[in-house]
Amino acid sequence: MYYLRRILFAIPLLLVISALAFALVRLAPGGPFDRQRVPASPEIERHLLAEYHLDEPVWKQYLRFLDGLAHGDFGTSLKYRNHSVNDLIAQGLPVSMTLGGLAFCFALGIGLPVGFFSAANRGRWPDYLGGFLAMLAVCVPGFVIAPLLIMIFAVKLQWLPVALWESPLHLILPTIALGLYFAGQVARLMREGMLSAMQSEFVTAARSKGLGENELLFKHAFRIAVLPVVSYAGPMLADLLTGSFVIENIFQIPGIGVFLVNSSLNRDYPVVVGLSLLYALLLIGLYLVVDFAYTVLDPRVKYE
Amino acid sequence: MSNCKRAWRFHLPARFFLLVAAIFWLSGCLRHDPPADLTLINKGEPESLDPQIITGQAEMRIVEGMFEGLMRLDPKTARAIPGLAERYELSPDGKTYTFHLRTNLVWSTGEPILAEDVVYSWIRALSPATASEYAGQLYYIKNGEEFNNGKITDPRLVGVHALDAHTLRVELKQPTAFFLDLCAFPTLYVVPRRTIEKYGDAWIMARPLPSSGPFELVDWRLNDKVRLLKNPRYWDAANTKSELIDVLPFNFPSTAFNVYEQGRADIVWDKELVPSELLDVLLRRPDFHTFNYLGTVFLRFNVTRKPFDDERVRRALGMAVDRERIVKKITKSGEPATTSLVPPGTANYHPVPGLEYNPAAARKLLAEAGYPGGKGFPRFDALVYGIKMNEDIGVELQQMWLDNLGLNMELRPLEWKVYLSTENHLDYDISLSDWIGDYNDAQTFLGMFTSGDGNNHTGWKNSGYDTLINAAGEQPDLAAREKTFQQAETLLVHESAPIVPIYNYVGVNYYDPKRIRGIYANVLDDHPLRAIQKIVPAALNK
Repeated sequence: MYYLRRILFAIPLLLVISALAFALVRLAPGGPFDRQRVPASPEIERHLLAEYHLDEPVWKQYLRFLDGLAHGDFGTSLKYRNHSVNDLIAQGLPVSMTLGGLAFCFALGIGLPVGFFSAANRGRWPDYLGGFLAMLAVCVPGFVIAPLLIMIFAVKLQWLPVALWESPLHLILPTIALGLYFAGQVARLMREGMLSAMQSEFVTAARSKGLGENELLFKHAFRIAVLPVVSYAGPMLADLLTGSFVIENIFQIPGIGVFLVNSSLNRDYPVVVGLSLLYALLLIGLYLVVDFAYTVLDPRVKYE
Repeated sequence: MSNCKRAWRFHLPARFFLLVAAIFWLSGCLRHDPPADLTLINKGEPESLDPQIITGQAEMRIVEGMFEGLMRLDPKTARAIPGLAERYELSPDGKTYTFHLRTNLVWSTGEPILAEDVVYSWIRALSPATASEYAGQLYYIKNGEEFNNGKITDPRLVGVHALDAHTLRVELKQPTAFFLDLCAFPTLYVVPRRTIEKYGDAWIMARPLPSSGPFELVDWRLNDKVRLLKNPRYWDAANTKSELIDVLPFNFPSTAFNVYEQGRADIVWDKELVPSELLDVLLRRPDFHTFNYLGTVFLRFNVTRKPFDDERVRRALGMAVDRERIVKKITKSGEPATTSLVPPGTANYHPVPGLEYNPAAARKLLAEAGYPGGKGFPRFDALVYGIKMNEDIGVELQQMWLDNLGLNMELRPLEWKVYLSTENHLDYDISLSDWIGDYNDAQTFLGMFTSGDGNNHTGWKNSGYDTLINAAGEQPDLAAREKTFQQAETLLVHESAPIVPIYNYVGVNYYDPKRIRGIYANVLDDHPLRAIQKIVPAALNK
């Protein structure tokens, strides 16, 4: 019942987001058909605006958009005039989701153990090393990591391809470049979570009952310690699944992240609104999953 | 209880593995195509492949392989040579062309290409419903502009008619020296009527897509590739040099360079895909090629604002620009510094020199205008499109005007669309601009500074200039036409100076000349796909 209410509440929220995106992108100076070459006659621009109903009042355009939305149609891209927004999403999203999903696994696969062992060895050298590496991963941005990885593993060692999206080998470098930052974040959150869980009363109680240290850490502390990571994982996954402008450009990956940024630079109104909605939908959905995961992991949490 | 927990723990890696496996399984997007004979790296994802919609060079370079007009471009010179039309006659008054189509023309799907297909294609380009941004390329045809603007609704009044299945008569408004070049321009390409009528706006996605050119479109994946297969029914298929071509859309120069270096691509043919940090080193390599290009970078003055309404001020600022310094220190690809707007190598034209670098004369002129040593001169700003190279040029200009004239300029870097809109609304003092010729003729450069031209963007109006440009347009004699254009250019870049030319663009591409044949340097930076050939190593050894 609680989740049903949350889902129903998402509908007006999405409407508000679409209306905001719709209005804001139209407020930016310049339009989708502004080019360096002004067409030979003002009529040409008028035809263009008429073709895409941009000559109508904004509220009418919005109603037209909602009508399309009701039929599952986001409209036509104004920059890529042969493609609908649905087409851009259908072609780009699976690619971004594949890469994002892999990066998500990479981030958890590296971040959780590093954070866990850092906390377990608090104050000793594995803790400092883990902390240092996690800090490094968080601080160095993707546009530095990616060229470095390319230079070492693709150009110098020639182990991996420099770019493109063709075989599983092509996935390795972009996955690492995309996931490293998140791995660092996860490690830091995991370490903090572990430290506070180990000081909590139920752990002290378990310890006083004579439970072994390993069992204590893995079985009892871990479930509670991982909660901050779980709450972070929702928005992180939404971020990863919608692609990265930098990584997709550097590795020439045909994902959706490139469109997410370029569409607003191009004033490609339908694409901006369509992708904003997609992102919002993912974010809302994943927050729901996070909240559900809480009830599974922490018996103290219950929603009414 | 304890068992259950252990199971949970042991299953964690297994679940993790399953998740990874599932993602791999879902990734149907990793497709492995058979390798192409030739792989080219193009700039950015094509906005469209519809000849009558496209506006950019990246698109035109692909579409040139898929469709053809009455004329096509010579790969060496980029001048118009017969394409779908075998020959033509021009009437003595220079206003009526009669084109004779080849009689063996067919679409890649087998149906004949007839004169009425040409009429259909041109009317489609002019039709308001098509919303073609380049419809202006057909305004030279009688009633073309009127039909596009809706003043005439009967397409039969437009000056293009099929006399029979293979003969076409085109009536022009006035003699147009570059009309044959326009006949090789994408907006005037011949497109398949039946497919367009059947599929509407989505016609380019139809498979098989009928082509009138040397290649057929077999695959187009966004931000991934455009795949072209040789069209065996093309009239000149015997001279198409490659079977299967991949065109990859790249945005990052370093990525393009890496992929090229790893041998995954054969040609990178856009100047913007040369990593600028490595420019000095790369341009010395034998596989990097630079050549003159039909484009000019120049400054615009907003003459509707004081003090730039005074031509002495404009000329003084122009004479204080050390162009050599800019091309040697900043652009560094061997761009020629220039004082004229029309680039060298333009057909039937020799550019006239404008204002040379002369700081002393510039100071004197500025003093005459009432600003000795820059005293009393208001602060002003210079609009630039905010990419690094433009900002660097802006900083140089700032220093030159301060050192030579004692003037304080502020740099105003803007995002592309904002920059365009600001320049268009004359909301600037000085703007760093450029222009690439739409066709190989002085008209495309000089025509835009006539009063009220949509691309003028300076507020400059000069009736003498307008008269000269119009007179040149009507002049059928090429030598007399050149003279008139030269008078106009002198007025523009030397006497009144609403603009100050700085340098000409060069084209840059990279490919191994031992491996790749059929790509030549020309001022349009146009390289028809039909001529390009990769020599496979086996053949190289023989």
